[in-house]
Amino acid sequence: MTVKYEKTKGLTDKPLSYCPGCTHGIVHKLVGESLVELDILDRAIAIASVGCSVFSYQFFNCDAQQAPHGRACAEATGIKRVLPDNIVFTYQGDGDLASIGIAETIHAANRGENITVIFINNAIYGMTGGQMAPTSLIGQKTTTSQDGRNQADHGNPIKISEMFKTIEGVAYLERVAVNNPKNVIRAKKAIKKAFKYQKEKRGFTMIEVLSSCPVNWGMKPVDALKWIESDMIPNYPLGVFKDKGADDEKN
Amino acid sequence: MPKGKLTFDHERCKGCGLCVEYCPQKILYQDKKTLNDSGYNIVSVSEPDKCIGCAFCAMMCPDSVIKVEVDK
Ligand SMILES: Cc1ncc(C[n+]2csc(CCOP(=O)(O)OP(=O)(O)O)c2C)c(N)n1
Ligand code: SF4
Repeated sequence: MTVKYEKTKGLTDKPLSYCPGCTHGIVHKLVGESLVELDILDRAIAIASVGCSVFSYQFFNCDAQQAPHGRACAEATGIKRVLPDNIVFTYQGDGDLASIGIAETIHAANRGENITVIFINNAIYGMTGGQMAPTSLIGQKTTTSQDGRNQADHGNPIKISEMFKTIEGVAYLERVAVNNPKNVIRAKKAIKKAFKYQKEKRGFTMIEVLSSCPVNWGMKPVDALKWIESDMIPNYPLGVFKDKGADDEKN
Repeated sequence: MPKGKLTFDHERCKGCGLCVEYCPQKILYQDKKTLNDSGYNIVSVSEPDKCIGCAFCAMMCPDSVIKVEVDK
C-alpha cells in the first residue's frame, strides 16, 4: 500500500490550539503541504498575527515571527527586504488584516512587496469572543451587533479581494473557501501558486480564504461549513481576481 | 477488497465530525463510547471494506488525525 495522505511535515507535531472543527486547521495544512511540495520549507519564514492564529508560529514547521496586531505585512516587508532569498508569508485573520492592519496591508501590496499573505476571512473576531469584523455580513448577529449588522450603523462588509484587485503591485490574488473537499483542493492550488509566484519574484500575492468560526457563529462545525456555502460565498464570490503571470502570457 | 486503509491518530481528534460528514461512502462514525485523553469522542470506521481511498476525510480534518493508504 502507498501513502495517499498523511500529516504534512510542513507542520510541527504540536496539537493545534483551534476549537473543534475550526477550519484554521485545514488552511494550516494547505500552507504546510505547499511549502513542502515547492521545496521551500527550509527557507520559509511565517509571520503570525494577532487573533486565534497568534500561536501559528508554533505550528508552521519553519522560522517564524509574531507581529503586533495588524502589523504582519510591515514586519514581513522588513524581513523580506533583509532576507530576499527567503520565502516570507503572513497568516492573518480579518480582524487583523481588514481592520487594524488595513493600512499596512494596502501599502505592502502597493509597493509590490514580494511576500505572500494568507488572509482568513471568517466574518468575525474569533479570539476576543465574536465581535463584528469589517467582513461580517449584513444581518449577521455578533456580540457587538446583536440585532444583526446593518448598513446604516456599520457600513457594508469590506470586500478585500475586490479592493486589492485595483492595486498595481498585486501579482496574484484569489478568493477560495475550505468548506468541502472540492473547494479545499482549489484552495491548495491557489496557495501553492501564490508561493510559486513569490519564488519567481513576481510581487505581492494574497489568498483570501473563507473559513469557519463554529464557536462564535454559534453553529456545529458541519453547519458552519454549510453557512459558508449558503451565506458567505454569495457575498464573497470565489475566483481569481488578479493573475499577472497569466496576463504576461497573454501579452 | 477495500481500496483504502485508514489509520487514526486518535489523541489529536477533537470530535468535530467533519470527516464523518464528507466521507462519500458514509462509513465513518463518532464512537460515543470511547473518549481520548482530551475527552473527545473518537472516530471509527464502520465498514472498512467499503473505503475507496479518496482521502476526503483526511483532507477535511483540521487536526491531521487521519492517514490514508491506497492499493496501487
Ligand atoms: C493593539 C491591539 N488591539 C486589540 C487587541 C485585541 N484583539 C485580539 S485578537 C483580536 C481580533 C482577532 O480577530 P481576527 O483577526 O478576525 O482573527 P480570528 O481570531 O477570528 O482568527 C483583537 C481585536 C490586541 N491584541 N491588540
Ligand atoms: S474562536 Fe473561532 S476562529 Fe478561533 S479557534 Fe475557535 S472556531 Fe476558530
